[in-house]
Amino acid sequence: MRVNEYLIAGFGGQGVLFAGKLLANIGLVSDKQVTWMPSYGPAMRGGVCNCSVCISDLLIGSPVVHLPDTLICMNSPSFDKYVPAVKKGGAAFIDSSIIDQKFDGKDITCHYVPATKLAVDNGFSTNFGIIVMLGKVIKESGICDTETVRKALETFVSAKKASLIDTNIKAIELGLNA
Amino acid sequence: MKKTLMKGNEAVAEAAIRAGCKCYFGYPITPQNEVGAYMSAKLHQHGGVFLQAESEIAAINMVYGCAATGTRCMTSSSSPGISLKTEGISYMAGADLPAVILSVQRGGPGLGTIQPSQADYFQTTRALGHGDLHLPVFAPYSVQEMVDVTTKAFDIAEEYRTPVIILADGLLGQMMEPVSFDDEEVIEKPEKTFDWVADGHMGKRKKNIITSLQIESEELEQTITAREKRFEKLKANHTQSESVNCDDADIVIAAYGSASRVVQSAMEMAREEGLKVGTFRPVTISPFPVNAIVKACKNAKKVLVVEMSLGQMVDDVKMALEHKIPVEFYGRQGGFVPGPQEILDVVRRLK
Amino acid sequence: MPKFTRPNALADTPTHYCPGCTHGVIHRLVAEVIDEMDIMNTTIGVLPVGCAVFGYNYFNFDGVQASHGRAPAVATGVKRAKPDRLVFTYQGDGDLAAIGTAEIVHAAARGENITTIFVNNTIYGMTGGQMAPTTLPGQKTQTSPFGRDTEKVGFPIRVCEMLSTLDGVAYAERVSVHDAKHINAAKKAIKKAFEIQMRGEGFSIIELLSTCPTNWGLTPPASLEWLKENMLPYYPLGVYKEKQELTKGASK
Repeated sequence: MRVNEYLIAGFGGQGVLFAGKLLANIGLVSDKQVTWMPSYGPAMRGGVCNCSVCISDLLIGSPVVHLPDTLICMNSPSFDKYVPAVKKGGAAFIDSSIIDQKFDGKDITCHYVPATKLAVDNGFSTNFGIIVMLGKVIKESGICDTETVRKALETFVSAKKASLIDTNIKAIELGLNA
Repeated sequence: MKKTLMKGNEAVAEAAIRAGCKCYFGYPITPQNEVGAYMSAKLHQHGGVFLQAESEIAAINMVYGCAATGTRCMTSSSSPGISLKTEGISYMAGADLPAVILSVQRGGPGLGTIQPSQADYFQTTRALGHGDLHLPVFAPYSVQEMVDVTTKAFDIAEEYRTPVIILADGLLGQMMEPVSFDDEEVIEKPEKTFDWVADGHMGKRKKNIITSLQIESEELEQTITAREKRFEKLKANHTQSESVNCDDADIVIAAYGSASRVVQSAMEMAREEGLKVGTFRPVTISPFPVNAIVKACKNAKKVLVVEMSLGQMVDDVKMALEHKIPVEFYGRQGGFVPGPQEILDVVRRLK
Repeated sequence: MPKFTRPNALADTPTHYCPGCTHGVIHRLVAEVIDEMDIMNTTIGVLPVGCAVFGYNYFNFDGVQASHGRAPAVATGVKRAKPDRLVFTYQGDGDLAAIGTAEIVHAAARGENITTIFVNNTIYGMTGGQMAPTTLPGQKTQTSPFGRDTEKVGFPIRVCEMLSTLDGVAYAERVSVHDAKHINAAKKAIKKAFEIQMRGEGFSIIELLSTCPTNWGLTPPASLEWLKENMLPYYPLGVYKEKQELTKGASK
């Protein structure tokens, strides 16, 4: 498997870094090479936030993703900036409850999912929208099953916040069925 | 031992605690703030002290004072901060004090950018302060290697009585990768005693003086040459590098730290195209692995050096190879990390 | 009548100080206090850049030499590693009040449990008599040959007054060594500061008005007279800070 490059982008507070950590830990518990790299510094202070996740069988050269295979896009600025950067044959997951634009490029698959609305309608707080979206990514890519997601959550969510694991799993399941 | 995802900066801090580091003194500067944050949360649990200093200069001098008592200690900073610390590092070298200094490079000169860079190679290998001094510098390329060299750095610092530098960059500091440590838990190590320390003589020994002042030239020359002898021994025992696919390589790409990761990916892509490319990666950039790079390049027709700077290590490569093989350079500046495809394009052009 | 002997904490080594310099007196006071408190074995002195750089040769306890101005930071490192030791810095006016202003202010603000012996002789001695942050208005030095012009280079720093505003300071006193009476008072002050440190009460500083006959261009007796005439009015002696809650519990 070549390096699978993910880019997750949105506003600060949407759980971008957390979703990235979950994805990276899915790679970790699947015995893959993984890297997680946040945008840092003033770039984050404007409220726009992104993080790169690479999952691979081989050593990962650069952990910085410029041309993602998979994009999770949670706001309009990210749509404008990153959807056109998705690799040919790649996929963009666009939160259609936040972004009302459509991409007219041909070479990528766009999934329009009202992830944040789905989360809120099902009793989650807004920052679970991105986890719902991650569920959708897992469904479309088939990278892992729910059990792996649980294992991944257990590796980095502290025991004190164990209830958070179930909540996240429920949000993932919502995405799997979306 | 099970693997967890950690940021490079945090992994160094954890490795330091596990290596028995008892004091950390630092000053905030991006992109290495996670080190101080981690230390402030954890060090006291192991009987240690975290102290945020009023300046980079104060921080390195606190390390100087702490090291003078024989206590394992460290500081960390990034480019502009390391510039400020060089005075203290020079004094530490002059007073033969062991400590670990993590330098997480960002783009410069001046305030520059907080994005990753490799523009401090010269500063780190040539000019960590005034005077005649050679300091060991490790340049890890992954979060796991940051852990490994941190552990080693504390031992080497004490064995050779020298500050040891770990040169990383914003990329290695900020990224998370899987790491594992030798033991499940922190194993508290017994406190070491040394005969040279200034920690109160307890009436049991003669007084000790920690100083870099040697006003008589004869005395100073003697000290410098004795210190250099220790560095020669360190060179023989701890010079470290890695060569991959160099035996049949027409082109050897040399790079260290973050750049060497990208280079390795580029090499794999080149091999898939049938290009005979190998990579050479120094783990210690001081002492520079001269013999190893000569060996790695013995069949090479060309050597390409890739750095995230205008080109600094390239000088060491040319000197090591004594200009017998053409050495080309490709670099990015200002905080850009080149991609593997970009390097592959350069390799294709060289062909 | 006690016999006048060399304190144990003072090494039997001739000093490099100029004739009439009061560093020797101050070294002796520090050594006497350390003897009286019986703490030589657990004392670590941090010596500055300046005339007192060789101070570590003149004491019989461990010494650490600091770079210019950084003694309070170095002492912080020593003290944090070895909190039960007596740690003091010995600093001149250029070292403490010019290049090392940040370090002294922040060690004081942190209430770092160390003592600073601050020797103020209004001039850079080691480098040959340049203007210092404590050089008096109108005072001639190598770099103020027409006298310190406060219009151009500003005013001297009164260190005890400045530091006494900081909550971390447990004790700040200015003393002088220009005659026997004041030398005795200076010793008491040093002892008080060391005791405060040994009780863990925070930062203490003793500023000692001192002479520099060589760079002042005066004989030793004239220097003592000059100190009295010129320095005492500008740098009034006295206790500038003594934490109230501390004095209540203090033994003396």
